[in-house]
Amino acid sequence: MANTDTPRPPSSATSGTPNLTRRDVLKGIAGVAGVASVPTLLAACGTGASPSAAPSSAAPSGAPSVAPSSAAPIGGITLGSNYSDQVPKDAMQAIADAFTKETGLTVKINTVDHGTFQDQISSYLGGRPDDVFTWFSGYRMRFFAAQGLATPIDDVWAKVGSNYSDAFKVGSTGDDGHQYFIPIYNYPWAVFYRKSLFQEKGYTIPATLDELKALGDKMKRDGLIPIAFGDKDGWPAMGTFDILNLRLNGYDFHVGLMAGKEKWTDPRVKTVFQTWNDLLPYHQEGAPGRTWQDAAQALVQKKAGMYLLGMFVSQQFKASSEADLADLDFFPFPNLGTPYDAEKALDAPIDGFMIAKNSPTLAQDLDGAKAFMEFLAQGSTQIIFVTADPGNVAAAKDADTSGYNPLQKKAVELIGSAQKITQFLDRDTRPDFAGANGMQSFLLDFLKTPDQDLDAFLGKIQGFWDTLV
Amino acid sequence: MAVSEGRRRRYSLLTRRDKLVLALMVGIPVFFDLALIWGPTIVSILLSFTNWKGIGGISASNIVGLKNYESLFTVYPFFWSALRNNLLWLVFFLVIATPLGMFLAVLLDREIRGSRLYQTAFYLPVVLSLAVVGFIWELQYAPEQGFINNVLGRTGQGSLIDWLGDPSLNIWAVLVAASWRHVGYIMVLYLAGLKSVDPVLREAAAIDGANARQTFFRVVFPVMQPINIVIVVVTMIESLRAFDIAYIINRGKNGLELLSTLITNNSISEANLVGFGSAIAVVLLVISLGPIVIYLTRMLREEAT
Repeated sequence: MANTDTPRPPSSATSGTPNLTRRDVLKGIAGVAGVASVPTLLAACGTGASPSAAPSSAAPSGAPSVAPSSAAPIGGITLGSNYSDQVPKDAMQAIADAFTKETGLTVKINTVDHGTFQDQISSYLGGRPDDVFTWFSGYRMRFFAAQGLATPIDDVWAKVGSNYSDAFKVGSTGDDGHQYFIPIYNYPWAVFYRKSLFQEKGYTIPATLDELKALGDKMKRDGLIPIAFGDKDGWPAMGTFDILNLRLNGYDFHVGLMAGKEKWTDPRVKTVFQTWNDLLPYHQEGAPGRTWQDAAQALVQKKAGMYLLGMFVSQQFKASSEADLADLDFFPFPNLGTPYDAEKALDAPIDGFMIAKNSPTLAQDLDGAKAFMEFLAQGSTQIIFVTADPGNVAAAKDADTSGYNPLQKKAVELIGSAQKITQFLDRDTRPDFAGANGMQSFLLDFLKTPDQDLDAFLGKIQGFWDTLV
Repeated sequence: MAVSEGRRRRYSLLTRRDKLVLALMVGIPVFFDLALIWGPTIVSILLSFTNWKGIGGISASNIVGLKNYESLFTVYPFFWSALRNNLLWLVFFLVIATPLGMFLAVLLDREIRGSRLYQTAFYLPVVLSLAVVGFIWELQYAPEQGFINNVLGRTGQGSLIDWLGDPSLNIWAVLVAASWRHVGYIMVLYLAGLKSVDPVLREAAAIDGANARQTFFRVVFPVMQPINIVIVVVTMIESLRAFDIAYIINRGKNGLELLSTLITNNSISEANLVGFGSAIAVVLLVISLGPIVIYLTRMLREEAT
């Protein structure tokens, strides 16, 4: 929740402005303070009755709950939004206004701090949700669809399907083969660097792991931190794991591992951590106590040479100056000399919208909600959003990309060249496995003691997985 | 019926109205006590035997018996460190923070110059929510931008102190931050107690030739017995409900695990392992019952005598 912050799964990174953490922390305070007062009985508070029967208990904490929508005005829909930072919030409002202008239907936006929104998503969807809500592709989408908490929108996809590539359709399809999700944008994970710094020092883009290490050594000699790194929020390290696993073991193994079909004790997983261990000396020290924003600052200030992160890192450059943003560039993670290099697979998480099942107003709003989904599937709508927050690129084919900045243009190219796209570790696997007291903690443990007995370490991870399933 | 009722009324000291008032006065609190405290507690205990995910109803297939407890005590890697951190919190507060707060209270009670100013300064953190305290200290401890590392000159690669990221260090860093607030709280409680001690006692002790130390330990401290108990209980409660700072800093992971953050991360996060979280809540409940029972038995015994 807040978190707090707080502390955020990667989705948090997709929206928002710089200094996200600090602001989030303040925002989360009200919620956390309420939660904190009754830790012992928390578990019971919200769960005394089945959620559908007791909507008032659906939001378990005293936190600013995902408020049940009051009856929607006639000829309108309600939208539960986690775009709580100012820039994306304004963009969301602009989209709603454009929709109202076109159709005459009003959109009542119910914005909730995104950490809180994510934490309470189950009770929200099980209680009295809004008609339409913001959410993520991947396991996180399929999970709620499988619980019967989302409304299938195959008919919407029949109309808008041609506007999306196959990868997006796959990312919008639930386990039962129906579509539940409308993507509006995504963003790639890649290695970011400053063009001016590379030019000044005569660095070249590394294409292989050895070149990356050689470049790292050169940067060290130049007094630079080769690779900026911050993992205080727990999720950024997942990006490193994902790309190493994809390059070393391929897309199919990664997906199998996320789904529990492959074991964490597999020797192939061990090689990922061994390779990572070899790269750790090039990483910025003290990562477990540093936020990604602070790590990004090392790149902004030219103290660090490279940074493996999602394109939302551009927010920090944009906040610094337009010139800094123009200086930012990226290259795909180097090849590791395996057959899977050719897949060029990468994390490119998709954000979008779904229609809730339990919305009390859905019966009368369903047509409006579907019209809104169709509206969201238009390139012109998505451009409103990605222009406001240029750390993302529009998902629809008919989006007018002429207004993109060079970074966005390159992102489109990179995502287009990838044969396989993954979402992100915590979007591709069970939330209870990926969470703070789960994979986040395990990866932090590895970063603290990378030389530990990896077999025992992986055994712990597999043991934890086994308790969940 | 009317006869028997009339007869009973004749022998009763209370009128019908009195009885109604009494019934309401007892009944309403009992109702709220049952509904808001015992109800959720019992539901929590029951839920701890299920694997309920917080969605849909609970059926027989959700009942897993003691499996949650079994994996909690054996496989779950974060439980023992959370328990250890909770106990560490308790010991640190009891041994360091609380005595420090009492010491400050005794100092301020001596009416030194500017005592109002000191009092305000020490008390100021108490009016802040622990979440705000966590946020403030997060900025102090930040690796490059933080105040502490900059003062120590330890911000570069190789010399950096990762206050909040190093799992062997961060619990201490957080305890300092939590104590910063706790000391002021105890100080105010204790100061109020000290002010209410009859000055005649001190005078008598001074006439008998006791020095300041003797006066405090032999006379004032024993007289303050009720306040001392309150302070011990407050310290225990504060330690067991420790949550905000750890949660604000990193959601209670990487060395900052606490039972309360484990409950939150399992029960009301996206993970939604309500059953498993309830099992942790039950463990915390059992631990909390210890001090509560001791306190209550003391209170009842004192009332009886």
